[in-house]
Amino acid sequence: MSEPSPNNPAPVGDAESEPRPGRVRKPIGWSTIIIAGLVAVSAALVWRRDGTDGVLDILTHDLSLFSGILPRVLAGCLLGAFISEILPHEKVSRSLGPKSGLMGLLIGTAFGAILPGGPFTAYPVASALLAVGADFGATIAMVVSWTLIGYGRAVAWEIPIMGTDFTLWRILISLPLPVLAGALGRFVYTRLYPKPLAKDDES
Amino acid sequence: MSAALLIDILLWGSVLGVGLIAFRRGPPVFKASLREGTMDFVNIVPRIALGVIGSGYIAAIIPQEVITGWLGPDSGWLGVATAVVAGAATPGGPVVGFSIGTVALKSGGGVPQVVAYVVAWALFAFQRVILWEIPFMPARFVWFRCAVSVPFPFVAAAIAMVIGKP
Repeated sequence: MSEPSPNNPAPVGDAESEPRPGRVRKPIGWSTIIIAGLVAVSAALVWRRDGTDGVLDILTHDLSLFSGILPRVLAGCLLGAFISEILPHEKVSRSLGPKSGLMGLLIGTAFGAILPGGPFTAYPVASALLAVGADFGATIAMVVSWTLIGYGRAVAWEIPIMGTDFTLWRILISLPLPVLAGALGRFVYTRLYPKPLAKDDES
Repeated sequence: MSAALLIDILLWGSVLGVGLIAFRRGPPVFKASLREGTMDFVNIVPRIALGVIGSGYIAAIIPQEVITGWLGPDSGWLGVATAVVAGAATPGGPVVGFSIGTVALKSGGGVPQVVAYVVAWALFAFQRVILWEIPFMPARFVWFRCAVSVPFPFVAAAIAMVIGKP
């Protein structure tokens, strides 16, 4: 993936032959500010309720969680960068077009499941898939699969916080959902927009 | 935690694997990817630090009785529907979402309701949609995907009711 803007996706040829430009980065956005405020208020409430010891207990626990997560975040970032570079865009898109049928949905699901990294990997790649000819159905299957059965978030967050048993069980339950969501998406899309892709890029 | 260790090995193995493929495309490609990945990491660390270290406090002040009442095992489909709304409305990153799920489970929430909460949060938590998905993807696709996703937390809860607890 080489082009962060969804409105003018990069031509595939360029993405493969030229070094890609840096991604758009938002170091401190509104979300960060809102969360920081929320954390400050919460910490103050904990301090009022449990005193300094309560605040330090949570801090110690969360710091150890944080140090455990860091290497995985680094691995996810590296993996995302390498895959974005070596992804065979054309081949992927051919298997994921509007006429790819159930196989396209399954490929989208598998692709989302093995796609590493966080939202900073998944959404740019999904956007690239759309741009190079994947349809809404397969792309929905990919995004839903990434979010529900992708291992990246499960490893980095869900297993440490919710436990291995719950996580594996929840993933098992989620297995059919990406294909179903993709099929529903394709079904609705072809009825909402009978003419294929004609006005996709108008705004 | 042996499953986590296994997945760790898988994760770093994949990094090595794709790194090798990138390296065979040529050292400039490899170096550019390496730098890109490292910069992503450096940029993402402050946000993760805030989320991880802060979410413990947010989880600590969530009134547990409220969640138990909402998501309790006796709350049925109304509890599932509440869980879906709560999942969509949960602010913050994965730590907050999963922490609330854990709190709900530990304080007596029903398993199908917690599954519906986690799945709804994963599918269409408003903050991730607005801050991550919209900037990267065509807005028309994002709204379409969210609308199509609405039934699926309910489907997940139904499956959880059928196959039982973990």
